[in-house]
Amino acid sequence: MAETTLTDTVESPERIAGWRGIAADWSSDQRAFKNVSWGKAMMWIFLLSDTFIFSCFLLSYMTARMSTTVPWPNPSEVFALNIAGRHIPLILIAIMTFILISSSGTMAMAVNFGYRRDRVKTAVLMLVTAAFGATFVGMQAFEWTKLIMEGVRPWENPWGAAQFGSSFFMITGFHGTHVTIGVIFLIAIARKVWRGDFDVARRGFFTSRKGHYEIVEIMGLYWHFVDLVWVFIFAFFYLW
Amino acid sequence: MTNVAVDLGAQQPSLHTHKHDAVAVAAGATHAEGQQHPIKLYLVVWGWLFVLSTCSYLVDYFGLHGHLRWSLILLFMVLKAGLIVAVFMHMAWERLALAYAILLPPVLVLVFVAIMVFESEYTHLIRVLFFASPT
Repeated sequence: MAETTLTDTVESPERIAGWRGIAADWSSDQRAFKNVSWGKAMMWIFLLSDTFIFSCFLLSYMTARMSTTVPWPNPSEVFALNIAGRHIPLILIAIMTFILISSSGTMAMAVNFGYRRDRVKTAVLMLVTAAFGATFVGMQAFEWTKLIMEGVRPWENPWGAAQFGSSFFMITGFHGTHVTIGVIFLIAIARKVWRGDFDVARRGFFTSRKGHYEIVEIMGLYWHFVDLVWVFIFAFFYLW
Repeated sequence: MTNVAVDLGAQQPSLHTHKHDAVAVAAGATHAEGQQHPIKLYLVVWGWLFVLSTCSYLVDYFGLHGHLRWSLILLFMVLKAGLIVAVFMHMAWERLALAYAILLPPVLVLVFVAIMVFESEYTHLIRVLFFASPT
């Protein structure tokens, strides 16, 4: 019984508008996040800390790029591809962006179908999301291979400022790691959904807690965050 | 259940006004079953994310540069991030106590940005003055 009070979103007190409501929630007893379960709150707080990590990467990239006296390589040219005899700037990154956005769309719908308890659609949409994610990582591997073949290293590259390589590998590598972890977790949760774990309240591996369809939304939060980070990387690293 | 669905269908925000509508929706959207919104909302947001991404790609494709390029990149970036956080991550329907706790700290990173801008301009100046020799 104690578990349910911790896990479930208990009665949510009436919401007061604006700053008064924030003050009321934060100064109230025991729980600041009234109608948010601990799992969701913890995921949000984790994502906040992850935001700071990526902020630091992008900031160090900004500092390196602003303070170097050597010209910065032009990403538009570096990431251009020749497709069907045409030289298209940045096309690979654009395709990767669309793939990641599509994966976010399917994830959002998976969350929706999860709350409607349509477990087949939820699992299929999550697997589609995972497939998009895996495609993204695959294209990133292709991109890395191409750049390494062209002589980009963390300490040098053929086109300009040496910090280009270190920033590139650090930022995209860390993001790719996040996507990879996301794909693994998506497959794990999709399997649970498919099996109907959340309908029969089967106790989960490792936590031995009963799962809820909310785990799909929490998983979704992580996945959308990965997409969100890519929005910033795309803008600052590839387009700037 | 049906009640909730109908209720939400009526309140479904059209995209242009969703920032304003979000607050109105938030008031009525606390249900035990978690976040439930019409699928169409997600499809519309998805479509807009595609449009915005295409726009930011076109900025590069047409080779815009200078302040026009930077402001357009930032504009499309903020719009995309806003849509993802507000709708896909359901922040528009959360209580303000959570929204502010999560959204305010990243904004404060801008202070860090300002500090590092000063720092790197100083470093750049020193490099130009003392070390700028072609390698």
